[in-house]
Amino acid sequence: MLYDIKLVIDYTFQSPAAGARQTLHAMPMTIAGRQRLIAGSVKVDPEPATRRDRDDFFGNRLTELAFNEPHSNIEITLKARVEVTGGAEPRTASVELQELARSLEAETDLGARSPLHFLAASPYTRPDQAIAQWARALVSDAQACADIVAVLGRALHDEMRFDAEATTVETPAAEAFAARHGVCQDFTHIMIIALRSLGIPAGYVSGYLRTLPPPGQERLEGADAMHAWVSAWCGPGVGWVEYDPTNATFAGTDHIVVAYGRDYADVAPVRGAMRIAGAQTSNQSVDVAPVGE
Amino acid sequence: MPESAAIRNPDRPSILAGYATVPDVPDELVREDGSVRPEWLSLIAHLDRLSADERERAFARGAQYLRDAGVFVRHYGEENNPRDWPLSPVPVIQPASEWQALGTALAERADLLEAVVADLYGENRLVSEGHLPASLIASNPEWLRPLVGVKPASGHFLHFLAFEIGRGPDGAWWVLGDRTQAPSGAGYALENRVASVRAFPGFYSGSNVERLVSFFRGFRDGLNGMRHEDGSRAGILTPGPMNETYFEHAYIARYLGMMLLEGDDLVVDDGKLMVRTVSGPKPISVLWRRMDAAWSDPLELEANSRLGTPGLLGAVRSQGVTMINALGTGILESRAFLAFMPRLSEILHGKKLSIPNVATWWCGSEAERDHVRAHAGDMMIGSAHSTRLPLEPEPGAVLRGEMSEIGLDLDTWLAREGRNLVGQELVSLSTTPTWEEGQLKPRPMRIRVFMARTPGGWQLMPGGFARLAASGQDPSAVSLRSGGTVADVWVVSDKPVPEDTMLSHADEVFVRSAPGLLPSRAADNLFWLGRYVERAEGQMRLIRAHMSRLPETPAGGTPLMTRLETYLDKHGLDSDEAVPAALEQTIAAAVNAASQVRDRFSVDAWASLADLERTVGNMRKTVVRGDDAASAMGVLLRKITGFSGLVHENMYRFSGWRFLTIGRSLERAIAMADLLGTFAEWSGPHGGFELCVEVGDSVMSHRRRYPVTASRETVVDLLALDPLNPRSIAFHIDEIRDQVSLLPGADVNGQLSELSRAVLRIQADLSVHTPQSLDQAKLTELGQTIGLLTNDLHAQFLE
Repeated sequence: MLYDIKLVIDYTFQSPAAGARQTLHAMPMTIAGRQRLIAGSVKVDPEPATRRDRDDFFGNRLTELAFNEPHSNIEITLKARVEVTGGAEPRTASVELQELARSLEAETDLGARSPLHFLAASPYTRPDQAIAQWARALVSDAQACADIVAVLGRALHDEMRFDAEATTVETPAAEAFAARHGVCQDFTHIMIIALRSLGIPAGYVSGYLRTLPPPGQERLEGADAMHAWVSAWCGPGVGWVEYDPTNATFAGTDHIVVAYGRDYADVAPVRGAMRIAGAQTSNQSVDVAPVGE
Repeated sequence: MPESAAIRNPDRPSILAGYATVPDVPDELVREDGSVRPEWLSLIAHLDRLSADERERAFARGAQYLRDAGVFVRHYGEENNPRDWPLSPVPVIQPASEWQALGTALAERADLLEAVVADLYGENRLVSEGHLPASLIASNPEWLRPLVGVKPASGHFLHFLAFEIGRGPDGAWWVLGDRTQAPSGAGYALENRVASVRAFPGFYSGSNVERLVSFFRGFRDGLNGMRHEDGSRAGILTPGPMNETYFEHAYIARYLGMMLLEGDDLVVDDGKLMVRTVSGPKPISVLWRRMDAAWSDPLELEANSRLGTPGLLGAVRSQGVTMINALGTGILESRAFLAFMPRLSEILHGKKLSIPNVATWWCGSEAERDHVRAHAGDMMIGSAHSTRLPLEPEPGAVLRGEMSEIGLDLDTWLAREGRNLVGQELVSLSTTPTWEEGQLKPRPMRIRVFMARTPGGWQLMPGGFARLAASGQDPSAVSLRSGGTVADVWVVSDKPVPEDTMLSHADEVFVRSAPGLLPSRAADNLFWLGRYVERAEGQMRLIRAHMSRLPETPAGGTPLMTRLETYLDKHGLDSDEAVPAALEQTIAAAVNAASQVRDRFSVDAWASLADLERTVGNMRKTVVRGDDAASAMGVLLRKITGFSGLVHENMYRFSGWRFLTIGRSLERAIAMADLLGTFAEWSGPHGGFELCVEVGDSVMSHRRRYPVTASRETVVDLLALDPLNPRSIAFHIDEIRDQVSLLPGADVNGQLSELSRAVLRIQADLSVHTPQSLDQAKLTELGQTIGLLTNDLHAQFLE
């Protein structure tokens, strides 16, 4: 599949903001055998005083912007063409939980994709008893890890109600779970907490989703903004698989990866800080169109 | 038989009488055989020479110094209830020879820690070769991933360290914990020293106690030596006045002569760190941080931090600034590292640790888990990542295998949580004497010692910060929070020690250093301090004028009193109260502004302001309306003038003082215009002119200058237009103009700044007025115009 992606993020400040600084995680990555970034550009208006592109710890492309002059409006436009050739379903049989624990104990790698980064709590994925008990009740020790991922993801999809108004970026996952509603970010954080409580390394994937479904198929939830789903490590053989609990599916060729992290904080599309007195508002629009369809 | 018996006054028992040490626990003062250790002899002899009264007075002098200096304990959640600093008046005394050996051993440990942290943020060979468990690093919240691969600009991660040490049963020192992130306490050690010098003035100067100053000078020279060659500065980064150790930050900044900065003072520009000052942004290339790394940059670390500087990590990454210590070094404080230090020493240094640390086992591996299970009765088992010392109370930790709070049996807990747990041997500590109920009593003790990287290598501070347990037997309660005391640590040489100061040595070439930079935030606080102090003084005079007239006022009041009460009311002062709440609030606002710039005041100035706040608080409870309140205001006026005197007599005449002065003049000019506009009416209530002269504190000047009773002409002339009367509007407009012209940026490319122009306009306007032309409406308008200068000032310097 070939996609043209366009992301527009628009900030308006009530009083002009001086010294605004932002970091962007929005450019799709190249993953061998799965997706390839063919061309990409980020345009910022007004032009920032400094702009730097680099890779972060997890190997994600990061753009740093700094503005000196006060501005009342900042618009960021990203365009990218990406070829997607595969998904992230389990390809072979995965191990069960005890075997997984033994593999993790033997791990001595601390590189970007080491599963060890994805076991401990992080700011958005504080351990929660209710989520852990819910997960425990759905799985057994003898089950293969990739099955556990699918079972939990499917159950979450069935129990949770997608509601774009019910939660905000700051709503704790435990709270969204208790009320059984939220958006892709909530679904993803809850599933990460559930998997980690079982000892399965789990992380947050930020990315894009094809906007309009192929003819005859249903439109996926979360396509009009940046999307999020879960990556889970199922042992050295299978490695990382990715599951989208909002849509109850392993990530396939409709999913385009931008960044991997422990939770939202690591990969937020825009992180910003500025010295302003008034309020700010932002708008995000995403279009992911297949090329030549 | 104590050896001091020979020199004490034979009529009194020695203070050592009744000092009963704990069996099988070493004591710092006396040996097992009951003899006094030689380094203590002269102090004990000194104390024995004093009568009980003299002794108590000496100890009280130390405590009084700390109170005056505003040293107190402040805990989160109880900011408004600071407690006295619990200094035990008897220092802990150590021989210099022992301290020297300790310094050598701890320098080795410091080098080892440096090598470990450099590896954790560099090649990570200790993990990949299996010497450190990977999961322990990956799950540590202080392993800051954005800093992995970032080399510190100075070439070193660690520059200033603290070690918590205690003496074990065999008499040898143990390390209880490493403090590698932003250790506090060095300033407290200094304050404790000043207090103990006050307690033993004559004795201290003749004793061979090593001075602390050369340690701090060496560290400061080290910091300054790391500055980049672009005229950049070194500064101290604090989380601000709400932090429980802010006092220490301000104290150290003042002591070292360094700028005290908050995150908001700093900006990052193209990879360089700059401080926002009243003269524009200026480069900073060395930052001694007293803030935990997680809060230092909301862009890459804790996003909710309001204390940090967005982009700071970018400046660190491009080596634009050296952080003391490097961001991320906090990982070494995790107690799990203590389990690996013996092995790491063998691998990296090829030798055993010269000073052992408390025996620790990480429960993530089977053999060690088994050991902890078998010896749980002699251990504390708790979080592997915790930075607490083994002696401090910790929720969720298990002491001596007591599992009731966990709700699991030991085996299950260790099996399930093992990789997040460590077991630590329970240590017992030596005792040292404290002074309680007129007697010396042994208390378990630990010491925080400090080590600095100087141009000549690691240096151990010849002193430290000792904490003593609240009770005699339980060595686990050695925490300030649980009611123990603190003590100074004296390292005694067998030779006389030279006197020393922070100032340059006589053999160095004298260079007058450039005046320090004034951060915009500090300027803002000084400006408002000037305004609030002046406002409080004006309020006191108004209240006194009202209260002193009260007894002679007939029932039903007089027109003047009615107008005065309306005027008080307009300024928020409740005329039914003897000491109105609004006055207390104004003083509190002044104290708050001053507390944000404590590093810029002398101890005396601060003490006098604190005294004012205390006094007004007490007066509100006791003083009654009428003459009593009037004379209370007299007391307050004398106190507040004391503060102003201390500040204006002693503060260096540079930008900071100018902002304070401008604030004071602005407030006084506005208040006077308001007062005259209300009470100097041609046909106003009888007594209005006299009231203006009285509140304007110009009774003597009026009598000398005009041979007539007060009239509108004389009053407006004296209090508005006379440029020689320090209470007049004209005088203060002149003062503002003078100060503004001396501030940076008074003119821009030869043109006057907006602020300078606005002041000049007011000055010109005022100079052509006569008492007749300056009518009531003009006075009111004048007050408002002067008030608007605040906006111009803000726009030019403070934003």
